[in-house]
Amino acid sequence: MEGSTTVAMEGAIREQVEDVVVRFAGDSGDGIQIAGGQFTLTTALAGNDLSTFPDFPAEIRAPQGTTFGVSAFQIHFGSREIRTAGDAPDVLVALNPAALKVNIADLSKGGLIIVDTGSFTERNFKKAGYNGNPIENGSVEGFRLITADITRNTLEAVQEFGLSQKEAVRCKNMYALGLVYWLYDRDRSPTTGWLNDKFGKRPEIANANIAAVNAGHAFGETIEASGETSSYQVMPATIEPGLYRTITGIEAISYGLVAGAQKADLRMTFAGYPITPASAILHSLSKLKQFDIITFQAEDEIAAVGAALGGSYAGTLGVTASSGPGIALKTETIGLAISVELPLIVINVQRAGPSTGMPTKTEQSDLHQAVFGRNADSPLVVISASTPADNFEVAIEAVRLTTKYMTPVMLLTDGYLANASEPWNIPDADKIPKFPVNFLNDTNEFSPTKRDPVTLARNWPIPGTPHLEHRIGGIEKSYDTGNISYDAANHQKMTDIRKNKIDGIANDIPEQKVTRGEDAGKIAVVGWGSTFGPITRAVQKIRLEGHKVSHIHIRHIWPLPKNLGSLLNGFKKVIVAEINTGQLITVLRSQYLIDAQGLNKISGQPFKVSEVEEAIRKSLEN
Amino acid sequence: MNKITPPEKLTIKDYASDQEVRWCPGCGDYSIVRAMQKTLADLQSPPEKTVFISGIGCAARFPYYMATYGFHTIHGRAAAIATGTKLANPELDIWVISGDGDSLSIGGNHLMHVLRRNVDLQYILFNNEIYGLTKGQYSPTSKIGTRSPSTPMGSIDSPLSATLYALGCGAKFVARGIDTKPKHLPEVFKRAHAHKGASFVEIFQNCIVYNDGVYDSFTAKDVAAERQIEVEHNKPLIFGKEKEKGLRMNSDKIELEVVTIGENEATEKDILVHDETNKVLATLLAQMEGPNFPVAIGVLYCNPSNTYEDAVHAQIAAEKKAHPSTNINDLLRSGPTWTVD
Repeated sequence: MEGSTTVAMEGAIREQVEDVVVRFAGDSGDGIQIAGGQFTLTTALAGNDLSTFPDFPAEIRAPQGTTFGVSAFQIHFGSREIRTAGDAPDVLVALNPAALKVNIADLSKGGLIIVDTGSFTERNFKKAGYNGNPIENGSVEGFRLITADITRNTLEAVQEFGLSQKEAVRCKNMYALGLVYWLYDRDRSPTTGWLNDKFGKRPEIANANIAAVNAGHAFGETIEASGETSSYQVMPATIEPGLYRTITGIEAISYGLVAGAQKADLRMTFAGYPITPASAILHSLSKLKQFDIITFQAEDEIAAVGAALGGSYAGTLGVTASSGPGIALKTETIGLAISVELPLIVINVQRAGPSTGMPTKTEQSDLHQAVFGRNADSPLVVISASTPADNFEVAIEAVRLTTKYMTPVMLLTDGYLANASEPWNIPDADKIPKFPVNFLNDTNEFSPTKRDPVTLARNWPIPGTPHLEHRIGGIEKSYDTGNISYDAANHQKMTDIRKNKIDGIANDIPEQKVTRGEDAGKIAVVGWGSTFGPITRAVQKIRLEGHKVSHIHIRHIWPLPKNLGSLLNGFKKVIVAEINTGQLITVLRSQYLIDAQGLNKISGQPFKVSEVEEAIRKSLEN
Repeated sequence: MNKITPPEKLTIKDYASDQEVRWCPGCGDYSIVRAMQKTLADLQSPPEKTVFISGIGCAARFPYYMATYGFHTIHGRAAAIATGTKLANPELDIWVISGDGDSLSIGGNHLMHVLRRNVDLQYILFNNEIYGLTKGQYSPTSKIGTRSPSTPMGSIDSPLSATLYALGCGAKFVARGIDTKPKHLPEVFKRAHAHKGASFVEIFQNCIVYNDGVYDSFTAKDVAAERQIEVEHNKPLIFGKEKEKGLRMNSDKIELEVVTIGENEATEKDILVHDETNKVLATLLAQMEGPNFPVAIGVLYCNPSNTYEDAVHAQIAAEKKAHPSTNINDLLRSGPTWTVD
């Protein structure tokens, strides 16, 4: 909370706060993500700006009560612009001792903890690694506390619906949600509606969950009346008018691909192989077959990219998605796509590495893999998304570039962006320009390697077209005929063409703009991808103190925007903030010979605003 | 009435590209490409709808020599790429061309899955029991003891049977041919082409440089009749110069045995009749090898089933019917929304 005042509202005294961070935490089977999702929807409907961050374990059902089985969902909402999921929770809902143990260190000073005392048993203390009851042994000193036997209260509240013990206990996430609804004066009806909808075939479950929400809310009112604790109010934010929805990165990227394919007038062949966290794109597109999308779960990552490329060869938009280790396996096929000059979109939902690393944790450490990670001189296009909703635009841009330039495009997003959500001012898709693909039909002086003189893209003749029968392959081919060629001068020419084609795309992408601040000055903080939120908020705060600091966020990683070099040279200092040991910075230094300084973090977690702020302050002092 | 001019009949030459063939003189691949060109001419396959997709190896150069569409891809991955191509355009007539290393070592996984999914394409495996293009290393089909640059003391690992592998993977069509049988091979290709689903054909192909004569024991002219059996559906499984030998089922041992008609009380009635829909029989036939048994060639197994791409497109059609709107604005506005004024 960055500011608060107390106001009287309808009899009850609610303290008004500008922004709040709430973290729900519990066992991975406790329904934490569902409670978080409902709180997000309700908060969006209340008119707050918000940002969320789900943080779940890699294990599907880790042993109950253990610290490594803790699942969490964080939401940051407020009456001002919200750009990040928040540095430190103001409220922690801990449904068991392990959830308390894992999350308490992140809590803001004097924060509020809501615990389910029903799960605070000796056995669970031991599993969580506590020596005795943390509520009694000083572990929660300095924090405010609401204790409730959520388990028992839930069972009592749902008793009349005749559920099994297991089903009844499952309602406790809704009880906790109801309690937090009271805390922030939220309307319960969207959740009631959702429950009725979801459990339409089993009304007793819907009713039990609704009863649990109401019981949690009533518990809050009771403790408020007794003066034990107070509740809060977060006024609606000033938000640009429009029709809104919440959107996750996965949804945005899927919808963007569908929209992009339609703008290109192409069907899509999407092939994937299960991998965390990229599989969600395969799931999402598999439900959108009505848009003429072929979805294919391949036997491995190599087959997935192969089938996507085979789909492009036949004249559809070939797309594959994976995460770092899977992208590594696809590399040889990406090289083939570069050689035969066919469209191919490769989405990398980056995760912490190397190797298996931490599959459910986020990182930005595949930039070098994307830009440089292939054998030979094999350039392609790399673009990146910066917020969950931004994935929509970036996916459309990927389709535009892959089809216009007959080149693979690597789209970098990450685990944080994929799962996080934000409110989205829904664009009018009809206003997005079309870029229809024209397959070659002209048989006059046909060669598969004939190029557009401006874009240098080869033409696209597809199998099934009479009189354009031809052969393509990964062997070097003649510039003139497309036939196999080992000629020395020809290889030089083809290598140059491949490079010039990609370099030339810099003329077809927007010039780099400054996200916040002046076009020149003392300090530019440069970022790409999911660091957008923390950087922009940190720069905003520093600027409010009167310092001339600018934020530059790069979408087009390769080729880079053509004005970027001169833009960066306009600043005395350049800080490059990345969730890796310094990958974009290496590219910027080598491209522009600038003395950029890195701000790097590799913990599987996004930057905190305070971390970026601190780095800027340090730089201001020097 | 309009007078319809019949389209000009395409000849073998019309299926040959203008590219200079770069296989070693005497390579078995020459006769295979010729058999393929003859097959397409016999079928009058439309060149614009015919696609050859290959991996890496000597055999994989094949598409360059066909005047159709062709995609020379990367090592082992032709089946995966062909799957995407067939899904994207089921109208295309796809032939995958591969070798023993390409199909059974680096690409074994993709071969398995294209067969079990039953993607409608023809998969032609040129088996020469050697890595030719990389200068002669032993392959997954080389017999134990094969001396090669990587196994100077002889190879020590057991070879794989391509045909048994295909049957094990659930292939619905499995056949065999020999590079030196220019009349038989096109007939096998035509059967493979007629079968809707994944059709697997193993061709015993001689590598004249690195493994010359590897199949002489059953392909050499003087022994061929005694060491080969051409199987045909509903016909007795007989072979030999005088068609005097046949295969009989030993029910006690559940195995095949070679008998000579008229000897040891063996009569024509004892001879098995080939049933290409019988997978057990196909497996027994595929297992036969010299010197005690003839090598079976022809269509060992053909038992059609639904194809993968048909099922994929049936689901798409069903979803289109159930959700006719393809308006992106509708998609973006699905689920809870709210208005900010």
